[in-house]
Order: sequence, then C-alpha cells, then structure tokens
Amino acid sequence: MAGSTHASPIADVVVPLEGRPRHISPGYEVWRKFRRHRMAVASIGVLTLLTAAVLFGPLIWRIPINEIDFTARLAHPSWDHPFGTDDLGQDLLARMLYGGRISLAVGFAAMAVAIIVGVLIGAISGISRGSVDAALMWITDLFLALPQLPLLLLVIYLFRDFLKNWVGPEGGVFILIVLVIGAFRWMPVARLVRAQFLSLREKEFVEAARALGATTPRLVIRHILPNSLGPVIVAGTIDVAAAIIAESTLSFLGLGFPPDIPTWGRLLFDAKDYLDIAPHWALFAGAAIFLTVLTINFIGDGLRDALDPRRVM
Amino acid sequence: MGKYILRRLIIALPSLLGISLILFVLLALAPGDPFGELATNSNVPPEVREALRVKFGIDDPIFIRYLRWLAAMLQGDWGFSFASRINVDQLILQRVPTTLFVVGSSQILALAVALPVGVYAAMRPYSIFDQIANTFAFIGFSLPTFFTGLLLILIFSINLGWLPFVYRVDIPATGWLWHWEYFKQAIMPISVLGLFQAASYTRYVRSAVLDVIRLDYVTTARSKGLNEGKVVIKHVVRNALIPVVTLVALQMPAVFGGAIVTEQIFRIPGIGSLLISAILANDTPVIMAVTFVFACLVVIFNLLADIIYGWLDPRISYR
Repeated sequence: MAGSTHASPIADVVVPLEGRPRHISPGYEVWRKFRRHRMAVASIGVLTLLTAAVLFGPLIWRIPINEIDFTARLAHPSWDHPFGTDDLGQDLLARMLYGGRISLAVGFAAMAVAIIVGVLIGAISGISRGSVDAALMWITDLFLALPQLPLLLLVIYLFRDFLKNWVGPEGGVFILIVLVIGAFRWMPVARLVRAQFLSLREKEFVEAARALGATTPRLVIRHILPNSLGPVIVAGTIDVAAAIIAESTLSFLGLGFPPDIPTWGRLLFDAKDYLDIAPHWALFAGAAIFLTVLTINFIGDGLRDALDPRRVM
Repeated sequence: MGKYILRRLIIALPSLLGISLILFVLLALAPGDPFGELATNSNVPPEVREALRVKFGIDDPIFIRYLRWLAAMLQGDWGFSFASRINVDQLILQRVPTTLFVVGSSQILALAVALPVGVYAAMRPYSIFDQIANTFAFIGFSLPTFFTGLLLILIFSINLGWLPFVYRVDIPATGWLWHWEYFKQAIMPISVLGLFQAASYTRYVRSAVLDVIRLDYVTTARSKGLNEGKVVIKHVVRNALIPVVTLVALQMPAVFGGAIVTEQIFRIPGIGSLLISAILANDTPVIMAVTFVFACLVVIFNLLADIIYGWLDPRISYR
C-alpha cells in the first residue's frame, strides 16, 4: 500500500532532520504540533479573552447585577446597556459577566471531579487483574448506560434542600451540581486510563523498573501514570465543555442554581418567554454558551492532534 | 443469531437491576421522610401513623424494602401521581409513544444526514467539502439543544411565522390536513434533536470510513472492476458501520437527555416534559417511574444496537 491517510491533517507530519535544534523538550513538541491546528490556536485566544472578561469584567463594568430600573425594561442594546436589559431593567452585561464566572467554575470543577474519579478507577482497574478489574469495568459500563439527565434531575430534586440547609443556597447547589456532573462523566476517562495501563504495564521500561525493585505504587505513580496522561488531558478538555452544557441545561430547565443567580442557562430560561419582544436577551446568553463550548471543543481537538497523533493504518 | 440475542438479553438484565438498585439507594439516602407531612399534621393520630408505617414497611431492613420495591416496579405497580390524580403507569403509557416518535424520527434524521455526509467527507479527506462538513459538525455539537430550539422558534415561528412552536395533541383538522399540521409542528423538535446528533455521528462515520477505505480488500474490490458506488456501499460502509453502531449506542443516554430539553421547549407531551413538571410539583412517584422508564429505554436501545452489531458482523454472534 503506497498511501496512508492521517486521522488528522497535522498528525505525524514529516519534518526534515537538518536545521532543527537537537534538543526539543516534550512540551515544545506538543506546542509545535498544536500550533498547526489554526482553529485551536484561535480558540485559545478567544477563550482567554472570555475568561479574562468574566474574571475582571465586573471590576470595570460596575453596574450591580440586581439593580432594578423599571424605566429601562426590556431595553434593546444601547451605550448604557451594551447587551440590553431584562424584564426588571437589570443590566444584562453585568449579569452575564457574573453568570459566566459560575458557568466556567462549574465546568472546571466538574472536570476535576471527573478526572480524579476516572483516573483512580481506571488505574486500579488497569493494574489489578481478575475480579477487581471485572467488577470496576462492570460499574463503568453500568454508568455509561445510565440516563444521565433524568438522574441528574432526580439527584438534585432529592438532595437540594438538604444541602441548601447545610452549606447555604449558592454553595450547596454549586457543590451538588459539580459532584453530580462529575459523577456522570468519569467513565470515558476510566476506560482510557485502563486501556493505557493495560498496554503500558507490559512495556520494557516498566519491566526494567520492576526488575530494579520498584514497588507497585511507585511503578504506577512514577512510570505508568505520567505516560498515560495524554488522552486524559484531551478527555478532560472535552469534559469542561460537556459540564458547562450540563449546568446550562439544568439552569435552563429551571432546576439549577436559585433564580437570583444569573447563570447563562438561567438567563436563557428567563428570556424564553420574551423571545418576541426582547430576542437580544436570549441571543447574548446563548451565544456566550456556544462560543465557550465551541472554543473548548476546538482546543480539545487541537490537543488530541498534538498529544495523540494516531495514524489511520 | 437467536442464541446471540438471548445472550445479550441475559447480559442486559443485570444492568437493569444495577440501575434499579442505584435509583432505590438514591431514594433511600435522600433526606426527608415520605410520611413527613403526616408527622407534622396534627389531625393524624399517632396510632394511625404507626399503622401506616408498618403497612408500608418503612422501618424494615433496607434490603427487604428494595426487594419489595423492585417487585412492585416489575409488576407495573408504580404508585399514584399526587399531582395528576391518576395511576403512574397509565400516565406514562399515555406519554411514551410521543417521546418514542420524536426520538425515533430524530435518530433517523441524524443518520440520514450523517451517513452520506460522513462517507462523502471520508472519501475525499481534507477536501473543501470535508473541511466544511467538519466545521459544521463542530458548530453542531457545540450548540446546545436548548439554544438551537429557541433560535428556531425565533426564526421560524416569530419572525417568519411558518411553523407553530407549541406541540398540540388535539389538532382541529381531519384527513390530510391533520397530517400536514402534525408534520409542521414536528419539524422543529425533530430537527433540533436530529441535527445535534447528526453532528457527532458525522464525525464517527467519517473516521470509521477513513479506517476502512484504504484496506486491501477495498482495493481488491475496485480492481475487480466493481463500480465505485457498489464498493462504497457494499464493502466500505458495511464494515465502517460496526464501530459507528457502538458509538451511537453510547450516545443513547445523551439522546434521551436531549429529548427532555426539546420536549420542554416545544411543550411536547412526552415523558421528558412529564419529568420536569413532576419535579416542579414534588411528585416523587412519577419522578422515580419516569427515571426508571428512561433507564429501561436506554437499555432497550443498547440491546437493539447489540443486535444490529451482530447482524453487521456475523463473527460476533458466533463467538
């Protein structure tokens, strides 16, 4: 067979050996490959801008999120209110900057939960043979077959009041949503880590380390785990986007954060009854979710190409 | 093949049991007593309260309670809806067909878009068509269903006035007109759900076809003089579909999640919107039953995927 097709346009491009610096750090190598994915690089720029706006925006744009102004109800975008106002005359730009903090925080925190649980279960399952592995994989498959959104709604319905009394309305719902979204997203990570472990633990360098007397925990932490993190990073990136969508979905159904916390999904939920007279209300919030998720997905794609250069055939 | 289907059925049972166990443990762990209202109601004498607790076995060991609950679920005794004043199984049976219609049509739409686009993109990798398809796929699965739903309502119902945005069961028309109205109200929900899934399916199909199209047996088929259409449909797509079926089955939970959102936006009277209204009305029996039905639907669709899998790749069913 003469030709072979790459899984991605940038995977494994042959670079002539002459004229290249001899020592290239692994990090630089990843960046060099990542850079070829133009959409991913552009996405990093856009996402950084969005994050910066959300983090520092409220310091510059100082209209409080709950300042009610009935003279400016449902106002279209103007210089006073660049994103317009809602049905109580509250400034939508301020509310979106505030909501973005929560959406992004939920995304990253839920990703961390998913990664920690996934790596733990995948690693235990990958290093132990026999019944432990089989049981853990059965649980993983079971979780993959669970209807996530209904269960998410059920858990939040059952435990919301309990946590609200325990930690307070905002913190309680935050912890609950992060834990539950994380608890339904660890399975792909666990599978990836297990697959990596199964192949890595038979490699020569692991054998060599074992021959030198390394204990199993040391083998896992020093040798196997660092080498299996590439796909995990990619999965983690995608998880951030999925968690942001999950949180927005909950808020959009009116079952996420309390009504006075304007997350992006909540803004859409409130805006959907005013679509005919104030479409800007829904459009800005929806566009913010879309842009964030799209850029994160593109970055994940770029990272996949850079870290996991799989060739077809 | 019959033996294979039977084996898959037997494998599906433990996962249903596992799901029921998870549901029950969640309910049992949840704070709050189902008789909490009775306890605070001073009109109920304490001996009646005690008799009710014994009758419903609230104080029995948790394992016995689980078995009893499971037996009741399996017999279709799902309790009584506080909000609708009707038995839960009747309520759900009324609504399941609508959900199945919306989900089924959207899956057909998704595959009808994803298969040709994915195959064509893989036959010409990195062509303009492939790049455009890839970009659209990315946009497609980054657009959450609740936002596309609102966008479509804004464009086609409010600005253009072409399509109704509320799904009606009682259409005031008969004959062909009824079908036309039904079709018109189903377009938006089905395309919201279908195009969202089509985006990810397109990527699966593309990469699966790319894996297959350069294999030697395809070259053999071409060099025999078969025309390109036959090579692609009979030789490439059939094998490429095998991984796609697995990935589509893995998407099933997400599909039903999307159905809840779409039903809520377009006010479709399916089990998804039933779940949301039950949560808002604190109607616990309905919530539990709908969640269980969703779990069963996911398992059934996974089983279906397994059977298709065995049909596409006979080696699997003979193993």
